[in-house]
Order: sequence, then structure tokens, then C-alpha cells
Amino acid sequence: MTAQRLAPLALLGVVLLALGTGATGLSPLRLAEGLRTGLSAQESLVLWDIRLPRLMLGLLVGGGLAVSGVLMQALFRNPLADPGVIGVGPGAALGAVVGIVLGGSGPWVVMGTAFLGGWGAVALLARIAQSGGRTDIARLLLAGIALSALGGAVTGLLVTMADDRQLRDLSYWSMGSLGGATWQKVGLGALVILPVLLLAPRLARGLDALALGEAAAFHMGHRVERLKVLAIVMTALATGAAVSLAGGIGFIGVVVPHLLRLALGPGHRAILPLAALGGGALLVLADVLARVLTAPAELPIGILTALIGAPVFLHILLRRRA
Amino acid sequence: MISRRAVLLGSCLVALPAFAATPRVVVLGGSIAEIVAALGAEGQLVGRDTTSTYPASLLALPDVGYVRALSAEGVLSLAPDLILAEEDAGPPPVVEVLKAAGPRFVTLPGATDGPGVLAKITATAEALGLSAEALLAKVQADLDRAAALAAAVTAPQSVLFVLSLQGGSVMAGGAGSSAEGIIALAGGINAATGFTGFKPMTDEAVLAANPGAILVMDREGELSITPEMIAAHPALGQTSAGLAGRVISMDGIFLLGFGPRTGEAAIALNTALYGAKG
Repeated sequence: MTAQRLAPLALLGVVLLALGTGATGLSPLRLAEGLRTGLSAQESLVLWDIRLPRLMLGLLVGGGLAVSGVLMQALFRNPLADPGVIGVGPGAALGAVVGIVLGGSGPWVVMGTAFLGGWGAVALLARIAQSGGRTDIARLLLAGIALSALGGAVTGLLVTMADDRQLRDLSYWSMGSLGGATWQKVGLGALVILPVLLLAPRLARGLDALALGEAAAFHMGHRVERLKVLAIVMTALATGAAVSLAGGIGFIGVVVPHLLRLALGPGHRAILPLAALGGGALLVLADVLARVLTAPAELPIGILTALIGAPVFLHILLRRRA
Repeated sequence: MISRRAVLLGSCLVALPAFAATPRVVVLGGSIAEIVAALGAEGQLVGRDTTSTYPASLLALPDVGYVRALSAEGVLSLAPDLILAEEDAGPPPVVEVLKAAGPRFVTLPGATDGPGVLAKITATAEALGLSAEALLAKVQADLDRAAALAAAVTAPQSVLFVLSLQGGSVMAGGAGSSAEGIIALAGGINAATGFTGFKPMTDEAVLAANPGAILVMDREGELSITPEMIAAHPALGQTSAGLAGRVISMDGIFLLGFGPRTGEAAIALNTALYGAKG
């Protein structure tokens, strides 16, 4: 139970850190002072138009990625599964490449094509995995591998058509960033990701039962087919939106659920809400590092999440072998 | 010397012109940084992007990152009064925030020919409130000399600009690229046709183009392209340029920046292609 108590405190700490850290000298102390005496025009711009939307976007994207990770790991009964397995990541990446290479470099174009790419891939996979009115998880997994390879090939084809500038844009996109955060993006993210974060805990009991196998879950009275479809749709929504808003950010979806299972055990009723909070907090923390380490420039955030995430991923692998 | 706080205060008061005192300037784009320095305003610069590397004294300034992946707060942390940016500074949302943030944000036109360079210099000087006359006269004189040399060329050479040779794949400068621009100013013909910008070119297309000279940037480390690499390359090595060992290596920002040294670069390239004249 301590984790549940600590989580809001940790989140509050991260929020204060994110609002009070950055390249300009606007510190938490100055913020507190500014609340009483008023902030200068420049300071309030930094707070309201740069740090706050960035914080909100980070919480939404990180939460969305972590909850998607939990859903996928439950669905595939594998602690290393991530949304890439059902094609959201590769699909969105393909969409982004199409947007950058063929659609000009408008930010809304790339966001739109990335989201459509992610959704298209999931819809196609879900259709392929249908057999006899039910979603076959093994088929889903195998078709996912095939479609990822196909997506990778088309992505590669488009990359060879790209010019030097587009290649640079692509490589920055694939490393992810919360740098372009605006209130419009936060609004879009909230519209798509927030419902998933709030509704996912309702699947908790079904997902717990699924851990015992599909047949066992069915005999325990769960509507397994509906559960699987809901988990896939929620993942496609949350991850599709997260990737199109912030680019390729890895490992949040693997690391956060794993840490939570270590702390709380396997029960999804505890894990799902905390994954939403913890994923957001971890991503915002990584973003604070991303914008401070090389200030006044900034690091792509995907570099930092991978730096933190890859060792944890290896740790899981080694533990499973033992 | 005006204090940092006073400058901040000044930039917040809308009624006050931002450059009542010497404005603090952040420059986003190598050729623009070069123009600012050539105008004698280097002392006003408080920040630069990664591509602003000439003159070398600029390297001491804080670097706000790659020009397409800027951080709004990073740029604002330098408390600029004026931001001078090339056209494709980005990402767009960051540029929007910077435009709304108080400092004057001036986007300068790109250039791939002589008149473009002069327009860029004029616009930069205007943004800084400085006179461009002396610099314009010098650049115009250089461009005129380059044009005279180019006009005297009787047998123009075809030149292939190779940006990179990563993994053996030739990334060449096609139509509309800055490389094509400088080759034209130097009295050469771009050997790479049929595509725009900098793109990979297949080995067979390289052979078919058969350039008389190959132009590369002199860079250090892994990215450098040496005459030996050209000679050893299956396609480049078999072109007229490769067989004759005609590989011209020039500084990247000097050659392709389209800043105040464009005329000099065109003359240098012309000399490398056709030999020195009178």
C-alpha cells in the first residue's frame, strides 16, 4: 500500500521540478515568489507557454505509453511485450516517414499521418488475427512480426527517396521529443489518451484472470473476446496518440510496468492507475534531464529513456533466465 | 555596460524599442552568423546554432543546438532582443513560441545565387539597424570578378558535388541545391540532374553523369571524403574525374553557405577547375 501513498507525492515532486527547472533562471523559489508578487512577461511566457504544456504533454504521453505496456504484457502474458507487437509503433513510424518525405514538413501533417499509420496497422492486424469470430493471440503476434517487417521495408524505401534535410528530420523524430509541446497538442493528447488512462483500470479483473489462460478466464465468467478487443483498441489509441505527439520514445512501456510489478505484485487493479501516474512521472523526469544536460540546446528524450530503460530490460531478461 | 536585468526589463516594456541599447542577438544559421560578423556586429551575438562556426571566434558562444531541433527555453535563456533565423529554423511550434515571446524574430531569405546573397545581407543589416553598403560593395565586387571568370570559360566542366559517402552510397547535390548554385557561379555545370536537393544517387547514374571533377567538403574524421576513397569507389573511381584524380576539396560553409564569402568561394572553385588566370 505504501506505493499508492508515495506515488502522488513523487508525482508532485516531479511536477514541481519540471515547472522549476529549465535553461532560463526561473527556479522553484522564484516561482513561489512570483505567485505573490507577479511574474514578468517573459517569466510567465516561459511558465505558461513552454514548461506547463510540456509537463502536461509529458504526463499524458508517458502515462499512455506505460498503460499500453501493461495492457500488452497482460494480453500476451509476456513481461517484455510492448505496443510494437501489435504494430502501433512501426505503423506510426511508417506514417511519420510518409508525412516527412511526401507531405512536406508541416507539424500537423506528420502528427496526422503517424496517428493514421498506427491505427491502420492495428486495424489490419486485428482483422488478420480474427479466426472463427475470435482474436487469436498467436496469429496476432506472428502477423505483427510480418507487418512490422513490411512496414520497415516501406519505411526504408521512403528513406532512400528522402533528401538530406528530411533524413535529419526523420532521425530527430525517431529519437522523440516533447520540445514542440503546445496547448493544442496537449488538448489533442488529453482527448485521446486521458479516456484510456481512466478506463483501463476497469479491465483489471479480466486481465488478472487472463494471466491464468484464456480458457480459465472464460470459465471464471469473463468475456474474453471483448477484453482482448478493448485492450487492443485502448493501446492503439494511447500509443498512436503518444507516438504522433512526441515521436519515438522507447522503454517507458516496459520499464514502468516492470518496476510496479516488483513493488506491488501482479494485480492489475493496483498496477494500472499507478502505471498512468508513474509513466508520466518518469517521462517528465527524463525530459527535465533532456532540457538541462546540454542547455541551451536539448537532447532528444528517446536517448534518455533508452539509457534508463535498456539496463532494466536486460535485468528482466537475466532474471527470467535464472 | 548595461546590466542583464535592465536588458530584460527593456525587452518586457513593449513601448521601448528593443534595440534602444545594443541588442543581444541570437543567430540561427551559419551564413547569417557570418554576415553578422562581416557587418562588424559579432560583439552583439550572445548565442548561435550548431551550424554557425565561422569565424571561429563564434565557437565560444553558447550553442542552442541543431537549427531544426531548437529548444524555446534554451534560446530564451540567453535573453536575446533579436533572433535572426534562416528559413527552415524549427520545429515550427518552437518558432511560434519564440515569435510570441518578446524578442524580435526575423526570418531571413535563403539564397543559392548572387542576388540572393545580396538580399540576405541587406535584410540582415536592416534587422540589426546597421548600414550594409560597405559589405554589399565588397561582395558585389567579388561576385563580379567571379562572373567575369565564369564568362571567360570556353569549355565548361561538369562537376559532381558529393555530400557524403556513407556506406559507399553517393549523396549528391541535385537541382536547386546550394551545391548546384556555387558550381554555376564558378562556371561549371552540375553533373547531377533529375532530382532536387541532396539525395542518394545510384552508382549507374553516377557513371552515366560522368563528371569531369568531383567536389567534396573537407571535414574531419569519419565524414571526410579523401581522393583515395573516390578512386576506390566502384562508380566514382571509373568516372573521368575519378580516373584523372580530379577531386576538389573545399570548406563546407565557405563553399555552400551563401554568405558574404560566396564570390570568393566561386573564384576559388573556378581556379580549382580551370587554373589561375591573369
